[in-house]
Amino acid sequence: MKINSTALPLAIDNIDTDQIIPAKFLKQVDKIGYGKNLFYSWRYLQDGNVNPEFILNQPERSSAKIMIAGNNFGCGSSREHAAWAVADYGIEAIISTQFADIFKGNAYNNGILPIELDKQFVDILLQKTMDNAETEVNIDLENQMISCDAINLNQPFDIHPFKKQCLMQGIDETEFLINLKSEILAYETQRGEPV
Amino acid sequence: MGKTLFDKIWDSHVVKNVSEGLDVLFIDQHFLHEVTSPQAFDGLRDRGIGVLMPHRCLATADHNVPTVNQSQPIKDPLSATQVASLKKNCDEFGIELFEIGHENQGIVHIIGPDLGITQPGMTIVCGDSHTSTHGAFGTIAFGIGTSQVEQVLATQSLVLSKPKNMKIEVNGSLPFGTTPKDVILYIISKLGTEGATGHFVEYCGSVFEDMSMEERMTVCNMSIEMGARGGLIGVDQTTVDYVTKRAEIDHEKLSWWKSLNTDYNAFYDKKIAFRAEDIHPMVTTGTAPDTGVRLNQKIGDAPHLSTKSLQYMKFNAEENVSDQVVDYVFIGSCTNGRIEDLRLVANLIRGRKKADGVNAWVVPGSMKVRAQAIEENLDKIFKESGFEFREPGCSACLAMNDDKIPSGSLCVSTSNRNFEGRQGDGARTVLASPLTAAASALTGKITDPTLFLDEN
Repeated sequence: MKINSTALPLAIDNIDTDQIIPAKFLKQVDKIGYGKNLFYSWRYLQDGNVNPEFILNQPERSSAKIMIAGNNFGCGSSREHAAWAVADYGIEAIISTQFADIFKGNAYNNGILPIELDKQFVDILLQKTMDNAETEVNIDLENQMISCDAINLNQPFDIHPFKKQCLMQGIDETEFLINLKSEILAYETQRGEPV
Repeated sequence: MGKTLFDKIWDSHVVKNVSEGLDVLFIDQHFLHEVTSPQAFDGLRDRGIGVLMPHRCLATADHNVPTVNQSQPIKDPLSATQVASLKKNCDEFGIELFEIGHENQGIVHIIGPDLGITQPGMTIVCGDSHTSTHGAFGTIAFGIGTSQVEQVLATQSLVLSKPKNMKIEVNGSLPFGTTPKDVILYIISKLGTEGATGHFVEYCGSVFEDMSMEERMTVCNMSIEMGARGGLIGVDQTTVDYVTKRAEIDHEKLSWWKSLNTDYNAFYDKKIAFRAEDIHPMVTTGTAPDTGVRLNQKIGDAPHLSTKSLQYMKFNAEENVSDQVVDYVFIGSCTNGRIEDLRLVANLIRGRKKADGVNAWVVPGSMKVRAQAIEENLDKIFKESGFEFREPGCSACLAMNDDKIPSGSLCVSTSNRNFEGRQGDGARTVLASPLTAAASALTGKITDPTLFLDEN
């Protein structure tokens, strides 16, 4: 899995899931079409028109597949709708210094790669991609490397081997668990604690 | 080396170790609601499978339900469809459901404990981040995404990295008028919204030992607001008494419960301690739960306060937080919608009137809480004071129903989040305890509740 793309820099810390997708859009019973409401309150003005100031509305950013955010991205609610919105919009990887745990899990389960890097690297990437919308960032999952020629960045990143395997081979965690059904049933029968 | 309470419960629920730090964890109890479950049920249909252990699942409608005229059809067609989907899915997959109108309907985190379903030593999940509430009983309880809801429906298990252990200790005596909500707002203001990310927090010390179960739930509820996967408290007589009043428990189980405490020589990855005497009634001033200040402080004294959030809140950093004019007061949510919360409010406002221009809503957390409040005549006190006593649901905590705070209005809320737009587009939210919310409704300004409390 390789992602070579321009980036969407969002230099804001603690972007919560209510910002990623507000609660009023959680009323669907399917998983499709959430991308148009990604960052709704920042993306649209109160009269419903697009906010030209917001980065998602800048034409030169429209093909970006990589998002770069401030610290603690995805805090708040467990709503997977946030990950569905990010994926539906076309984002394949998010770079931050730290992700909220539930969002991180939701990202993996929707084929989005969450990459955690030290603040110095995130800050440089944010600055460079903000200054120049054409700056390309390259992510190589197999070799766990992120690079950006414009700033001579070539930096390894961590990922749990199981999560990497799931993303690389398209393994569905639920299918993985379904294959363990007999062990799960045996556990319930055999365990000692009287729950 | 001994074990923490968290490690004891986790280790006893591991079906299988997958690889380094990654386990298949068995889930004892799965709570469901209408917002985060429809796509999970569709997933089961796509796979052509059923729910593995329907007896370990329980569903309720809470996020979308109206809090007035609940017996009437839901007006919003999307909300109505979502609630109807839950009913259809529960019928099809054999899951017990407390739908609108059922005597046990209510907010998912209120009904589990109140009905004796939440019990010590369990692993509990729900597609809702405030599942951490159930940790008050000495459980591992945490919120999950919809893909994981599907996993639990399909296999009653999850593949998870084991979180780290963190201890938060508070000893001493809380100052007069200071409630558990103030304690957790204080802790979050010190740690920040990501201060406990990757950890399960155990709350230790005399302050938590002295709390009732409902008070402990308020604390554990907000663990997620500092990034913790969940929060929990060891089992003691308070826990046992609460559960045995609600469920039949045999001796074997009781003796196991009493072992559900951290060993004296257990290791924590992170430890932090606070003094109860330093904690006072708190309110938030920004757009994240970590912006709490004492009621006599300047708005700008709040930690973690960004210019962006000050602008959104339309606050002047130089002003005192207590001078701010209040438009709405919301008392309810899975943080503070329990009977003890309603009693606190009723006692403070009894014989007094709310200020003109303030809309004050009391929304009980469940039908049972509502019935109890009526039995105790609390509803009359609310009415005489000019407060609206509504029907149960999540209500203005996240405004998925009609209970929205209008743009620009300031709401003192007992809920758990003050994010931008959380209570409605442009709504400004100040998080507070039920006492502070009640006092603010009486004066029309953010108000220190001790002004209305009799120390004797």
